[in-house]
Amino acid sequence: MPKQRARSQRRRTRLRDLPGIWFSQHLHSAKDTFWRLMDTPLPTGMTVAVIGISLALPAALYVLADNLRTMAGGWDQTAAISLFLHVDVNDATAKTIVSQLQTWPEIAQIQLITRESALDEFRALGGFEKALEQLPNNPLPVVLAIYPQNTYSTPQQLELLQDRLKTLPDADFVRMDTLWLQRFQAILALIQTGVLLLGSLLGMGVLLIVGNTIRLEILNQRIEIEIMELVGATAAFIRRPFLYAGAWYGLLGGLSAWLVVTLAILLLQEPVSHLASLYRSDFPLSGLGFLATGIILSGSILLGLIGSWIAVNRHLHSTEPG
Amino acid sequence: MILFEHVFKRYPERGEALTNVSFEMKVGEMAFLTGHSGAGKSTLLRLIGLLERPTRGQILVNGRNLATLPRCQIPYHRRQVGMIFQDHRLLPDRSVFDNVALPLVVTGLGHKEVGRRVRAALDQVGLLRRERAKPVALSGGEQQRVGIARAVVGRPPVLLADEPTGNLDPDLSREIFELFERFQYVGVTLLIATHDLGLVKSMRHRTFTLGDGRLINDTRSW
Repeated sequence: MPKQRARSQRRRTRLRDLPGIWFSQHLHSAKDTFWRLMDTPLPTGMTVAVIGISLALPAALYVLADNLRTMAGGWDQTAAISLFLHVDVNDATAKTIVSQLQTWPEIAQIQLITRESALDEFRALGGFEKALEQLPNNPLPVVLAIYPQNTYSTPQQLELLQDRLKTLPDADFVRMDTLWLQRFQAILALIQTGVLLLGSLLGMGVLLIVGNTIRLEILNQRIEIEIMELVGATAAFIRRPFLYAGAWYGLLGGLSAWLVVTLAILLLQEPVSHLASLYRSDFPLSGLGFLATGIILSGSILLGLIGSWIAVNRHLHSTEPG
Repeated sequence: MILFEHVFKRYPERGEALTNVSFEMKVGEMAFLTGHSGAGKSTLLRLIGLLERPTRGQILVNGRNLATLPRCQIPYHRRQVGMIFQDHRLLPDRSVFDNVALPLVVTGLGHKEVGRRVRAALDQVGLLRRERAKPVALSGGEQQRVGIARAVVGRPPVLLADEPTGNLDPDLSREIFELFERFQYVGVTLLIATHDLGLVKSMRHRTFTLGDGRLINDTRSW
């Protein structure tokens, strides 16, 4: 009977006050833990820096892959097949060939580069002007830049198209610059796999760092934990500050990783745009977007939480009554 | 309030600490627990506070059967049992106020109510003016009184004390014991383990005597 009464009393207080108690305890614990970490800036800073550097590496690699992908996206447009016609084919004949090719289903678009415009382009590139003036007549052939349909872009299909173009009577030769692009895509895929691999490895590292830090904190607070257990603290209550500490380590580590990567991008912005200008291109280096930042921060908080969860569960079970 | 039925406690490394102990204490009863060192006094108290579980036998405290109490219920049981230790078990880096507040803080009680109850408890032990002090700044007797305030602040129906006056001189010891009597008047059940036979005799309360883990005497000295 007294047992029942005690239990029903407990349930009453719990039901009525639970949301308020729960919220205020969590808020208090979160704040308290944060300031306790700030009380020892050096050890906290070192742990945070280790986490930050660990996370900055895969994040930086991700940014690299992302920028390369953007760059390659621009090149996809130029993934054309160049059909060089015989030198004696004039512009009028070329136009009839174009209209003939436009009926082919695998071709999306054809750009006619006349002999004159090719010559102009050559002149514009510079350095060739003198050489071209020496020549009695225009040595350049008509070129058709052929853009295949998006649905017709696998290497095998492009190979077939290339063979078909070669059979045209006026075709001199066909060039397809897709091999290097395929290689580039393969490298990109490799880097992306590397991001995942490095990310998981260093994520495990973060787990261990946080776990070990929390383990040491638990050992330091052994007596306090024991006394709290003596006066009736629940396991959840004792666990809570350590879990918050883990989450704070994660968040601060994630923020410093973001800072490191963002600073690196700012430093690289100038040299990259200089390099791009040498290639007559304008290439803005993109940083960590909203999504990537969100993933880094939530991932780092999660890693911190899991790391401390493991440590707390291992070390609080050792104080059970025998 | 406290019921022991054929309780045995055996430690793997030390052998039997308690052998077939049975007794009952009613609500509001105050009793002393005496016996030579190693007779099993601390073990008995630890069993009541569920710091240990018995090897055999039944223990009922405030209607709860400790043998079948699930692990997750242990904290709620401990809130019903105030414990006082010879070495006080205070947190040295926290103020007197924070030390006494700990049992209330872990229950999630609001700030104001915590302050009110902590001051009431400190008032009862006569330490209201030392609430900001750190435990090291207090004398042994004062530290013990902080320990007592912490044990009673949650108003538990059961109070256990393990050699509470072990390090104190006779006058201070008597003071502490008189403090315990005041808690008895308000209906708290108290069990106090002590060596201080002279004081035990003079205070005329029920006395259990343990010898080699057996309850060899249960006397009412009046």
